[in-house]
Amino acid sequence: MTLKTTSVSDFPDAFADKRAETGVGYMDDQQDPVDMLLRLKDVRKAAHSAATFQSGAAPGRIVIPSEVAIRDTRQIPFEVDPPEHKSYRDLLNPWFKRPLDESYQQKLQAIIDDIIDSALKTDSLDVVSEFALPLQSKALTLLLNTSMDKAQTWIDWGTHVFRSDDSDLDGDKANILYDYIDAEIDKAMVSPGEDLYSVLLASEVDGKKMTKEEVKGVMILTFAGGRDTVINAITNSIAYFSENASDLQRLHDEPEIVNRAVEELIRYFAPLTQMGRVATQDTVVCEHAVKADSRISLCWASANRDEKTFEEPNKVDFDRKVNPHVSFGFSTHNCLGATHARQILRQLVVSLADKVGQLDTIDADENVERLGEFSRKVGFNRLQARFTAK
Amino acid sequence: MAKVIFITQANESVEVEGDSGSLMELAVQNGVYGIDGDCGGVCSCATCHIHLSPEDFDKVGAPAETESDMLELDDNATEYSRLCCQIPVSDEIDGMTFTVAG
Ligand code: HEM
Ligand code: FES
Repeated sequence: MTLKTTSVSDFPDAFADKRAETGVGYMDDQQDPVDMLLRLKDVRKAAHSAATFQSGAAPGRIVIPSEVAIRDTRQIPFEVDPPEHKSYRDLLNPWFKRPLDESYQQKLQAIIDDIIDSALKTDSLDVVSEFALPLQSKALTLLLNTSMDKAQTWIDWGTHVFRSDDSDLDGDKANILYDYIDAEIDKAMVSPGEDLYSVLLASEVDGKKMTKEEVKGVMILTFAGGRDTVINAITNSIAYFSENASDLQRLHDEPEIVNRAVEELIRYFAPLTQMGRVATQDTVVCEHAVKADSRISLCWASANRDEKTFEEPNKVDFDRKVNPHVSFGFSTHNCLGATHARQILRQLVVSLADKVGQLDTIDADENVERLGEFSRKVGFNRLQARFTAK
Repeated sequence: MAKVIFITQANESVEVEGDSGSLMELAVQNGVYGIDGDCGGVCSCATCHIHLSPEDFDKVGAPAETESDMLELDDNATEYSRLCCQIPVSDEIDGMTFTVAG
């Protein structure tokens, strides 16, 4: 935890020097160190080389900080390599494309309108816990196709299911999530409905019925992967517009730029800093030797600021027409929740532009990740702000 | 006005027409299966991948570097691949047939 050091809408590039010098950073993490790939081309290439850089290592090992000590369940499809990976993705893809349906978007709009309207009614609020978290949780009920009242439980868990103030890895909090999901799966086994738990329990992959453990692996990932990421993206967008009112006005005047605007915000924020892989053999990346069974990371946040590809990478530019960012990953494991996340952000920023005349931040506590030699602002622990109606 | 045909992976052919925007947008508006356009056309998702005939490829032109970097790591790419969000709808593409990449 740190106090505010930059202006709230500033998200500095933590990796610039190392990316230019050697292209590889280094961090220790629970005696399982990580070589961090910092250049866009290296990140993409390694993401595409699933045979050399695997995801299917011990459960939790490709996550940084490592979750090996707190979890045995393999997250699916995230910690599965090809070819099995594809069978799971083929099953899951259509479900995770539902955010493109008009009825889904209408329900999402109602959630967004409701949250903005209540923010406009209070004097000021903490955007993280009172805006982004409820929005993320309520939107997740749509993705899971469960009843809206479930969201309150998820909101009550607090902002970090895995993280607490004292340590980055909080086994007790993780257990709350795992126990909850176990209980929900048991309920769906007794009385199946039309929610994701029930649909998965009734599904087959490669001709075999999904086991409870597999369903759990998908559900944990859906909860964990879509929580801090979405909360950061929402909160950081509010922070950005609080200091760039003209861009919000522009979205009001030219809503047709919304897709481009959202991709640019997501590039700039890179809500998920990096993801690990485990080398299956001795190899070399960026002239750097990587030993078999050691970890590398694909540092999306650094790749998104690579000056070799992005002109003025540290500037948010809604006119960036070509924007090959990797905030949602790249290749095999690209983000399954991206359709949902993009839909939330697209509808949110247009709605903010319609309803909100002014956004003032009052107080901010930045969430700065310590990554070995690097410190990166990824979002906020708290962001007190005032929403004023148009 | 440009009239073009998309052949999907299921071998269905879909004729569409338009006069503005990108080829990806035109495909998405017409529900061409396999063209998702997830990133909205900024060359970041590769869910708008098509194959052209060699002649049409020559007319439309080769991809710019950012786009070819994306295609280079796409297992279904051929030398006649393009990301169709980077192709504007214009008279130039009138009459062409595109195959949706798998
Ligand atoms: C702005 C929000 C989000 C960002 C920035 C983000 C980022 C990412 C990234 C970078 C990856 C690639 C991981 C890798 O290569 O190992 C990924 C994968 C994944 N994400 Fe997201 N994510 C977001 C939202 C979501 C949401 C809302 C969900 C679901 C509720 C979700 C579910 C997943 C899943 C299931 C995978 C694994 C896909 C696979 O292995 O095939 N994400 N995400
Ligand atoms: S629509 Fe995303 S790359 Fe073309």
